[in-house]
Amino acid sequence: MGFDRRLVQYFDWGLLLLIIVLGIFGLVALYSAVTAGADIAQKILFTKQLIWYGAGLVAMTVFFLFSYKSLEKWADIIYGGCVFLLAGVLIFGKITGGSQRWLLLGPISVQPSEIAKVAVIIVLARYYSKYASERGFSFRGLVTPIILTAIPFILIVKQPDLGTAMVILLIAGTMTLFVKIERRTLIYSLSFGVLSGPLVWYFLKGYQKQRILTFLNPDRDPLGAGYHIIQSKIGIGSGYISGRGFLQGTQNALSFLPEQHTDFIFSVLAEEWGFIGASVLLLLFLFLIVWGLNIATNCRDNFGTILAVGITTLIMWQVLINIGMVMGLMPVVGVTLPFISYGGSSIVTMMICAGILLNISMRRFQFEK
Amino acid sequence: MKRYLNTVVNEWFNKRVLGAILCVVVAFSILFMRLFYLQIMKGEEFLRLSENNSIRLESIVAPRGLIFDAEGGLLVDNRPSFDLRIIPRNAKPLEQTLKKLAHYTNIPEEDMMEKVRASNGRSSYKPVLLKQDIGRDAMASIEVNKFDLPGVVMDIRPVRHYINGQYAAHLIGYLGEINARELQGGAFAGCKGGDFIGRFGAEKTYEDLLRGKRGGRQVEVDVRGQVVKVLRTVSATPGQNLYLSLDCSLQKKAEELLQDRVGAVVAMDPMTGYILVMASSPTFDQNAFVSGMSRKEWNALISNPGYPMTNRVIQAEYPPASTYKIVTAIAGLEEGVIDLKTTHYCPGYYAMGNRVFRCWKRGGHGEMNVVSAIVESCDVFFYKVGEEVGVDKLASYARMFGLGERTGISLDNEGKGLIPTSEWKKKRIGESWQKGETLNVSIGQGFNLTTPLQMLVLTSAIANSGTLYQPQIVRRVEAADGIEVKNIEPVVTGTLTINPKTMDIVKRGLWEAVNTRKGTARGIKLKKYPISGKTGTAQLVSRKSRAGETVKEKDLSDYHKSHAWFVAYAPSEAPRIAVAVIVEHGEHGSTAAAPIAKELIKAYLEKQDRKNLAFTAQGRQTMPDGVVMAGE
Repeated sequence: MGFDRRLVQYFDWGLLLLIIVLGIFGLVALYSAVTAGADIAQKILFTKQLIWYGAGLVAMTVFFLFSYKSLEKWADIIYGGCVFLLAGVLIFGKITGGSQRWLLLGPISVQPSEIAKVAVIIVLARYYSKYASERGFSFRGLVTPIILTAIPFILIVKQPDLGTAMVILLIAGTMTLFVKIERRTLIYSLSFGVLSGPLVWYFLKGYQKQRILTFLNPDRDPLGAGYHIIQSKIGIGSGYISGRGFLQGTQNALSFLPEQHTDFIFSVLAEEWGFIGASVLLLLFLFLIVWGLNIATNCRDNFGTILAVGITTLIMWQVLINIGMVMGLMPVVGVTLPFISYGGSSIVTMMICAGILLNISMRRFQFEK
Repeated sequence: MKRYLNTVVNEWFNKRVLGAILCVVVAFSILFMRLFYLQIMKGEEFLRLSENNSIRLESIVAPRGLIFDAEGGLLVDNRPSFDLRIIPRNAKPLEQTLKKLAHYTNIPEEDMMEKVRASNGRSSYKPVLLKQDIGRDAMASIEVNKFDLPGVVMDIRPVRHYINGQYAAHLIGYLGEINARELQGGAFAGCKGGDFIGRFGAEKTYEDLLRGKRGGRQVEVDVRGQVVKVLRTVSATPGQNLYLSLDCSLQKKAEELLQDRVGAVVAMDPMTGYILVMASSPTFDQNAFVSGMSRKEWNALISNPGYPMTNRVIQAEYPPASTYKIVTAIAGLEEGVIDLKTTHYCPGYYAMGNRVFRCWKRGGHGEMNVVSAIVESCDVFFYKVGEEVGVDKLASYARMFGLGERTGISLDNEGKGLIPTSEWKKKRIGESWQKGETLNVSIGQGFNLTTPLQMLVLTSAIANSGTLYQPQIVRRVEAADGIEVKNIEPVVTGTLTINPKTMDIVKRGLWEAVNTRKGTARGIKLKKYPISGKTGTAQLVSRKSRAGETVKEKDLSDYHKSHAWFVAYAPSEAPRIAVAVIVEHGEHGSTAAAPIAKELIKAYLEKQDRKNLAFTAQGRQTMPDGVVMAGE
């Protein structure tokens, strides 16, 4: 089969433009976060992020060049490899901040849990595309997806990285709901979920309980666990309508914001660019998600559709959790803001997601029945 | 049969995607609403909070005024105190940092750990004070190794520095940390917790002048509280400088002479009232108060049996003993009870009713007139004078000299002393006055109590022939820039309304007491500078034991030995210095107290004359400030 000219004709330039605009937003915010009031050593993070974007663009290109159909074929190997890496993290991983999330591969350290999210989406998409029916899945049909989700989930909880584990659970849940569950099964599993809540509480670590309690009442410990939420809200709130201006955010510059270049980068952006800037970013994310779902609709292939939904769900949940968290709507969990937060694994994973969406979108003319 | 989707359709999927989009839009609406709430509705409030976060008001400590002596020599200045603090949150690992600190500063590691624990704990952003005033060496080694000591901060705070250690400690005083009540009281406006204010001596009296006005600085700080930018500065106004009337070298001499003895020396210019010397022994080290004293040190100081914290010059009240005979003599002459020619015979005792009052000289003085009675300090002569004048008349003369009242010197806790009258005794003790008590009072014993300063004012009034000057310790107050100067003028508090003849008789007695063969203070005679003076020996136990045997002074235990007094002025004709000396349990005024006065007088007058000579040599016509050359 020779090169199909339609691949160029159908290329999703709109999505690419959206990704690039988000990337620029992210770099501007990161520049503030690492430059304003910081020591020189921090500036290197900006350079590093640029390199990550470069690597991400390469990864994105790779992921739209070959047909996404091969992902269906390679799903087992991708999934198996990820589980292998996650297990490796627990054995050989680098410990930072009390948890073991990183795997050292030569000069760079990677976070397999980021890739694991995509792997779970691929493997679930393959399963659901095969067995989906209008009646929905019964409990028996869900056993395999539950196991497929549970293995990486448990491995990630072990690290412990509650945020990522939760995102995986949410993605799997959303995808499952999307392909429909039998009414009876849905009711049963929902009641089970509600009843097992207290049990989960029992297994949570002390600091995780703290975060949830603090989320419920940030003033409980204004200089301890609640400090981050309060400072973040002050940062966002003080942006007012038009913001305090590029590099002018005092909450950021004077380091009142915690982890301002990773999890709390939205606060930096909201402080400096105000309601206008933050709204534009939110709208961009909304566009991206709707765009992703639109790709799912236009795809004529069930695997492609469910894969696109899964990838879009990943982006959606990370955006909702991260922004909800910094605005005090959710407990503080370590979830990055897609395309914006600093971090190689996060950026490359997100660019791979973008690549997969582009892939599905540009091949929408293929695989028609 | 199952209908698989791949056989069916996308319409079914499209419906579900539509549902998903709806859910997403709902979720994003919540985010938008929250964003709107935080930024638009609460924006202003958060903006204010953000500024509070980052803008802090720092105060600038005003340097306290300096204190100089009469010759412009610096007595008290300010030096930097290096206070060691740690921010536990930044000092990770804490134990290791403290260990290193202990190594550099010799402060026990456990003590520092205790301080951290006692404050907000190891995760606190607030600096914890580890030790005040760690000294320049420890500061230097910490600064050099700062990279190795995360979270360690050094505050520099000006503290008082008393250059001459314990000299004139009672006069200059010391500082103490302001307490909660004073802070609320309003008398110390502009003071903050942790400030030091005058607690004793001139530091306390002149607190308002010495304390400057605090300045402020609006700064932008980062999360660690470190200053990023200074927004506005209001500079502090330094306190004013005090120029004491104190003669530092003379003060040192006085304290050396008093060393290892308990007592007081005070000297002033009899023509102005400016205090030249004020020494009280034992004394204390003011520098010990600078960095805050431990409870143990403080307890040791206040429970010291020598009462080092008492300024004996103004706070201690002693029977004036024979120095009081000056008053009795004047009363007798003025009341017409005696004149220059009146004589009484002293057989060594005076019998009144069935009681016998002894003269200090067992064999008696023989025939005495008023001058020789002063010179030889005959008790019997003054018994008779006192008896005839009566206690109440006598007391009125004592009051004319300011006895029984505070002199009004600008120092706290001044004693009033006591000049008894018959009315006082009735009121206070409820008994009527006994005639025998008058005899005791007339030789300065009995109920009589005076402070050394009161006796000095009395002596000065004789020296200047009748003017009571307010004793003053400050000559001049200068603003820190030296432009605004306020001179403190002498203040007259009273005039003696007595016949000049009476004054001459008393002066002659005082001169002869030092300068004639029979004088009680003949041992201190100076050829160059004629001194006039009066000794005194304040008895603490009656010399007469129950068995009627006279107790010899040397048989008494130290604690019961008499206090030695000496009051004097010199040169006799044109006095430039008046001195009062008391040595507790010093036994005899002539041997214990008078030599101290002599040394001071000699040193002062010689120094002054040297200076004057130098002045005249320069061809200057005007006399230097403060030197009174009247009568020369």
